[in-house]
Amino acid sequence: MAEGKIKHYSDMLQKKEISCTELTEAFLSNIESANKDLNAYVTVTADTALNTAKAVDKKLSLGEMLAPLEGIPMTLKDNISTKGIPTTCCSKILEGYTPIFNATVWEILSANNAVLLGKTNMDEFAMGSSCETSCFGGATNPHNINHVAGGSSGGVASAVGGNIAVYGLGSDTGGSIRQPASFCGIVGLKPSYGAVSRFGLIAYASSLDQIGPVTSTVEDAAIVYDAISAYDKMDSTSQGRRGEPTALSIKNDIKGMKIGIAREYLDGVRDDVKLSIEKACEVYKSLGAEIVYFNLPALKYALPVYYILACAEASSNLGRYDGIRYGYRTSSYKDVNEMICKTRSEGFGDEVKRRILLGTYVLSAGYYDAYYKKAQNLRGSILNAFKDAFKNCDVILAPTVPMTAFEKGNAISDPIETYLTDICTVPVNIAGLPGISIPCGCDANGLPIGMQLIGNTFCESTILNAAWQYENAVGSEVFKESPYGVKI
Amino acid sequence: MKYEMVAGFETHIELATNTKIFCSCTTEFGGESNTHCCPICIGLPGTLPKINRQAVKYAVMAGLATNCEIANISKMDRKNYCYPDLPKAYQISQYDKPICEHGYVELSSGKKIRLTRIHIEEDAGKLIHKRGDTYVDYNRGGVPLIEIVSEPDIRSVEEAKEYVEKLQQVMRYIGISDCKMQEGSMRCDVNISVRPVGSEEYGTRTEIKNMNSITFIGKAMEYEFARQVDLIESGGRVEQETLRYDDVTNTTSSMRGKEDAHDYRYFRDPDLVTIHVTDDEIDELRAKIPELPAVKKQRYVSELGLNEKDAQNISKYRKIAEFFEEAIIGVKTPKTVANFIIGQIFRRLETEADKEEFATAITAQQLNELVKLIDAGKVKNNLEKSTLEKMLYTGKSVNDFISESDMAGRDDAALTELWQRAVENNPNAIADYKNGKQKAIKAVVGFIMKESRGRADAAAAEAKILQLIK
Repeated sequence: MAEGKIKHYSDMLQKKEISCTELTEAFLSNIESANKDLNAYVTVTADTALNTAKAVDKKLSLGEMLAPLEGIPMTLKDNISTKGIPTTCCSKILEGYTPIFNATVWEILSANNAVLLGKTNMDEFAMGSSCETSCFGGATNPHNINHVAGGSSGGVASAVGGNIAVYGLGSDTGGSIRQPASFCGIVGLKPSYGAVSRFGLIAYASSLDQIGPVTSTVEDAAIVYDAISAYDKMDSTSQGRRGEPTALSIKNDIKGMKIGIAREYLDGVRDDVKLSIEKACEVYKSLGAEIVYFNLPALKYALPVYYILACAEASSNLGRYDGIRYGYRTSSYKDVNEMICKTRSEGFGDEVKRRILLGTYVLSAGYYDAYYKKAQNLRGSILNAFKDAFKNCDVILAPTVPMTAFEKGNAISDPIETYLTDICTVPVNIAGLPGISIPCGCDANGLPIGMQLIGNTFCESTILNAAWQYENAVGSEVFKESPYGVKI
Repeated sequence: MKYEMVAGFETHIELATNTKIFCSCTTEFGGESNTHCCPICIGLPGTLPKINRQAVKYAVMAGLATNCEIANISKMDRKNYCYPDLPKAYQISQYDKPICEHGYVELSSGKKIRLTRIHIEEDAGKLIHKRGDTYVDYNRGGVPLIEIVSEPDIRSVEEAKEYVEKLQQVMRYIGISDCKMQEGSMRCDVNISVRPVGSEEYGTRTEIKNMNSITFIGKAMEYEFARQVDLIESGGRVEQETLRYDDVTNTTSSMRGKEDAHDYRYFRDPDLVTIHVTDDEIDELRAKIPELPAVKKQRYVSELGLNEKDAQNISKYRKIAEFFEEAIIGVKTPKTVANFIIGQIFRRLETEADKEEFATAITAQQLNELVKLIDAGKVKNNLEKSTLEKMLYTGKSVNDFISESDMAGRDDAALTELWQRAVENNPNAIADYKNGKQKAIKAVVGFIMKESRGRADAAAAEAKILQLIK
């Protein structure tokens, strides 16, 4: 599928082959039917969507030109704040919470008349790899509903993979965009840290969190990334995109591009996944790229470093949910301490509690040096290892996940085993690099396999370029259409 | 056995920025509860802090004014603890890289109280208990603070009071805080221990939290010193604990012991970037710091011939010192200017706050003109004060009261005659006055003013008449 869906629908609107209201209604009615199976949406915002559609139709009737994302039905992960629309992080503790301000990304997109269909499912506070820690139950895989959509942005991936949103925004702290994109056979881009404003993104781990596009095609990812990667004065860590819009260069020739394979990324990876990566190497060679192999020994520290830092930050970020100002509050209590304790005990799920406990522990007096400080130092080593690697290659090719989508219930039953499946995605967050997952085949059961292209800091255009060339070369060979959703 | 007091201070000072430290809400004191708030300062999910550069500048100025080293690179950390007045469950503060370190405050004795550090942090909200319920007001949450931490160099209540006063004076001088203890814009935690005189070791300390008056700081320290000495003398041991002071009973009581001490789990705030302060910026800020009171006082004594007490009074508040320094330009006798200020101008300023505000009817320039005429011998001795008095009364300049022809002034004999005539011509008014009608005397003064065509000194005339009719 080389043609981007965003351009496809935008052209249809512009040529008046369909009105924005009709397009929106088509998506809304498909959500109604497909969501029973997919559980992708936790809130559907039909009124908001139709109001925007009306405004777009009015523009069209006046003969005005639409901006690239104008009138395109989309969705937001439920940790991206939307004024007047519940934003729950799929946690009981945010029950009844409706933001009074917009996240910067939604401010940008709504100003562009993006048609918000609803808010999508996720692991509670983005903690999980299967979407099953959501208080609403997990989103399922649009290619096989007995399997999970992945996590934590499972709802967005399920919606986009299941054609009940043209695109969506997810957030990626340790793979939460790329892993579900890989599981659902679509494209997920985790931008460089600082490229997209985090203002309004409900924090899991602030130094790792990054909002990014979840799309059907690489071109769509580039268009959405270009729209949201603006410097934001509300986020001190924001820098915005560097250079020209990436969409301008995705089709560039990649002759002579050096694609690096770090051997450590292939350790413990399932054979069919490894085979897909090897096939991708062949595709790249045929496109004139050069494959270079190297070692990245620092990768072995990535998982413990990730879980220590992410949990430490989470333990602090989630301290504010005390039942005093907003969200869930326990029904009976004697005093303020009991109120806070009971509220948090009842409001948070097991995985969130596990990570708060772990994070509190690693920051505690007496343990800080052994865990948190050591992890911070290793974070520096991992970053340096990547910097060195990029002296010898332009992009790194790796699996996104060492396997395909889990069967429902498996991830929840063994949390540690599930943590290990994040091995290929977390290094990118630790080093603040951009990474994209694109489909590169299917396993024997027809579940999608994803591959990851990793770039140097703020080199989104390079990985998007490499990804587009691959996608264009393999065409429908690796692309599988879900039975669900809108087929216009 | 004789004991000595060992004390150190942690002083919180609210910075006088217009807006809060991480958002654009006002820092104005008071206001209806929760009206000086926004999603950022009440820590709504997804909000991010953005540091107010003015707060950083003020903190640097505080450091420069207290002889600190300024860090070119510092950072903000999270101090994690759970309390309803802290909406994020962490306070953004500075842990291991404070903006200022290794300074001192010099007492009048010449003793230096060393400062360990000055760091930047945000204030918390306030709990309000009423009708059996507890409410939270976040208006104060996010107001920028600096915390000034001293070494345990203080040995007496007098030193403690002077230390706090000096800090207050310097911070007001450089204009970074109003340091109003009663409004909470300056608050002290006092760490105090005792040890036998001559001992080098420190005793176990207690910490008295949140003191908001210099008088109570003194009382609390006296009480706590006596309590600790009694405890040791009677064979007991001082426990390390946090205390609160009750100003009604003048006692301290325990808030929490050592075992309940918080583990704040400090770590760098990932939402905020490194704070860079360049040497150029430090120089710029240094240039903004006025000559500080201690230096001024010294100079007034050694260069301008003021006595210690007058020099102290003139240098105490920045506005007075600036007025004084402008008024002495080109005059022969700065002391005359000082006398006018301390005598006649201070008489009109009832409180310390008034003195600090120093709202005078005349400008320093106007006083300067008067003193220059006096220097030139153009104003007679007996008219100096009355002329200034009239100027202060009306806000007018010296030339409005003393014309060229009057420059030599009226002679004493003429004045005596005028007073005499005033008493003789107003028998009813004087009778009324003697019968208890205080205001009646104003009629007599009015007569004098009329006869002298407004050139007489009303206050002096009133005093003279009262003397005459006694």
